[in-house]
Amino acid sequence: MTLWLTILLAGLATYAIRLSFIQLFANREIPPLVLKALQFVPPAVLTAIIAPELFIQDGSLSLHLANGRLIAGLIAILVAWRTRNVVLTILVGMAVLLFIQWFF
Amino acid sequence: MNKDATQTTQAPLPPRIEFLAGIKAELPILVGVIPFGLIYGVVAVAAGVPPLAAQAMSAIVFAGSSQFLMAQLFGTGTPAGVIVLAAAIVNLRHALYSASVAPYLNGLSKAWKRLLAYLLTDEAYAVTITHYRNTEGQTPPANQHWFFLGAGLALWSFWQLSTAVGIFLGQQVPESWSLDFTLTLTFIALVVPSLKDRASVAAALAAGATALLAFALPYKLGLVAAGLVGIAVGMLVEGKR
Repeated sequence: MTLWLTILLAGLATYAIRLSFIQLFANREIPPLVLKALQFVPPAVLTAIIAPELFIQDGSLSLHLANGRLIAGLIAILVAWRTRNVVLTILVGMAVLLFIQWFF
Repeated sequence: MNKDATQTTQAPLPPRIEFLAGIKAELPILVGVIPFGLIYGVVAVAAGVPPLAAQAMSAIVFAGSSQFLMAQLFGTGTPAGVIVLAAAIVNLRHALYSASVAPYLNGLSKAWKRLLAYLLTDEAYAVTITHYRNTEGQTPPANQHWFFLGAGLALWSFWQLSTAVGIFLGQQVPESWSLDFTLTLTFIALVVPSLKDRASVAAALAAGATALLAFALPYKLGLVAAGLVGIAVGMLVEGKR
């Protein structure tokens, strides 16, 4: 039930943001400071999600080679940086993770 | 017939033509959207979101990256309040699109504005604003909202459809395949190419480090703190130049 409420509220918030300037307050400018802050939202929030997924295993920091997600993630970062290809990044990352999980 | 002479005195294009042109402009983007929708469906199920809820998210929230985020946060047991807050923050960029298309929609009825606001995604915005700007001062803009509608509905239909197929596929895959990790990999694929200057790299590094340091905070507040620290550091670094 909570999940449905979450989806509904997130949907309402998203819709309100989209409607904001079109209807609610047309002809208003966005403050420059807000504009500046907005451009850092994706790198900040997404990296904040990625980091624990790679570095934390079973509730504590894990920096060794047996941490398959860390190795696969680092290689995926390299692939994303060199190719900018979403599908290739996912495929290579998954291949490395499955390789490490099956052979170590 | 002199083509140049007719261009400035043209009648507005009929709605049907604008609508079809909108669909056509959206087609190349759909090539990238379909795999994204498939992946979303697969990983939402892998993260533990019930199939029906995963599909409802596509219909109700209708914003790709925030849906990935919500699935991830739900899968790691994040409280509802933090999930809604995180989704809203990630979707704040739509306020920019809203401000940017607002002048072109000024004369429309409330019903049209409400409908088009629902369809205002990254992908529909991209082709629509291009269309508005390219035709400015040429064709009268009277029916151009039909172009927006065509682009928006094309994207909407394919997003719902590819999500549904992804959800179906996701249910066929055993848990030992660690498919939930594709979510993290998707974020990596989205973030890394966006790190174009020192300020955004600094924002990402600061957010990542804070997320690790604050990992033990209750209610996933570490995520909120890390996001705020990252944004602040990014602005500081950019301000110095």
